Amino acid sequence: MEERKIRVLVAKPGLDGHDRGAKVVARALRDAGMEVIYTGLRQTPEMIAEAALQEDVDAVGLSILSGAHMALVPRVLELLRLNGQTEVKVFLGGIIPDEDITRLKTMGVFGIYGPGTPSEAYIKEIRQAILGVQPAG
Amino acid sequence: MIDVPAVLAGDRLALARLLSEIENDSVAGRQALNLLFPHTGRAHLIGITGPPGTGKSSLVNQLARHFRQDQGNGLPPRVAVAAVDPSSPFTGGAVLGDRIRMMDRSADPGVFIRSMATRGSLGGLARATAGVVQAFDAAGYAIILIETVGAGQAEVDIARLAHTTVVVEAPGLGDDIQAIKAGILEAADILVVNKADRPGVDNTERALRGMLKLAHPGPRVFRHHGRLESSKSLSSESDANMRTDKQTSPAAVWIPPVLRTVATDGQGIVELAAAIARHRAHLQQSGELAQRERARLRNELDLRIQERLVHRWRTEVANGRYESMIDSIMKRELSPEQAAARLVKD
Repeated sequence: MEERKIRVLVAKPGLDGHDRGAKVVARALRDAGMEVIYTGLRQTPEMIAEAALQEDVDAVGLSILSGAHMALVPRVLELLRLNGQTEVKVFLGGIIPDEDITRLKTMGVFGIYGPGTPSEAYIKEIRQAILGVQPAG
Repeated sequence: MIDVPAVLAGDRLALARLLSEIENDSVAGRQALNLLFPHTGRAHLIGITGPPGTGKSSLVNQLARHFRQDQGNGLPPRVAVAAVDPSSPFTGGAVLGDRIRMMDRSADPGVFIRSMATRGSLGGLARATAGVVQAFDAAGYAIILIETVGAGQAEVDIARLAHTTVVVEAPGLGDDIQAIKAGILEAADILVVNKADRPGVDNTERALRGMLKLAHPGPRVFRHHGRLESSKSLSSESDANMRTDKQTSPAAVWIPPVLRTVATDGQGIVELAAAIARHRAHLQQSGELAQRERARLRNELDLRIQERLVHRWRTEVANGRYESMIDSIMKRELSPEQAAARLVKD
């Protein structure tokens, strides 16, 4: 009777004008059998962390096109830690320059998936990371 | 595994983790609910249902805002929201989007919103919704708003779970009003025409009042229709929507009011909250609260018994025998009814 579902928050921090990419990712994760909580455009890191807490998600996907990732992402990571959600996997999509990728990963970002990443690739990594860390049941 | 004292003390992370265990129907979740159950029964459970796109989430957001600011007497009550969206029957996945309309509540630590997927349930709620609501209740949320999936006719589980069921409609659905027919209207304690700034609102309200007459047969609605209209400007009188029916019961009968709202800018929310409060008072004064509570808990007990019986039976019957019965049904040697009779008699 017991069944564990992977729950993912897909969020758009900052001032991006559209969320097409985020919706494509939400849809792909849904089709992979995950439960995706989608919160819409123009979210603050505080709103995102609060939603991640209440929804008890396994992962948070942030889509950022504006170039503000070096300000927004560390703040989200810090708030998740302050809330005690240290095990939550944070992954990024959108436009992230190569020179920032290493720094973001050092800060604790789990995966960075730019435009053109096949959905199978990030779905597999996310699933492995979550089911590998938390024993089923 | 689950920190029950922390949940009772209002720890939000502990509560969030408990809700996941309840949704996953884990042993830990069940045990925690057993411990929490004595602390339940205090909250007012308000169901919000209606067709997709009528503005249920926006209305829930406005109601949560209202309940959190209102009261002149002490601290406002804490408010919890369980918002249900459908799971894909094909992949089991879901996109839960109700929070989009509620994000301006996220700065308020007195509001806790949880999105839920139906995970195969067809009645408009998830199977775990009742457990999630119990957890909120035990954690001290005095008002619990339960938003169903977009519902048409048969998704009336909410009427069994909630104390007060609000059915939300919107103009422009035109003749589709007929599609909601008796089922969901019978479930309504309060009817709301949301998006009331749109053309066609008069037609929608008229259609709802017409359907209401069908759902409440007999002379009483007709006789009191005028009074219902005149009571729209709600006084504080707690019996504005009630009347005494000598033929059926000595207690007052609740007639669902029809209200107009514009959830995007908050119009009509004060009146809706007042109607919800009046319904609550009616339930308490008429004794119906205890009746509904008993029916609800009986329903939950029945579900648990069914589940246990089926589970026990499945573990006892040899799988080979079960599969061979399906073969016999496939070959038309036995009807499903005959096969079930043989399997259960054993």
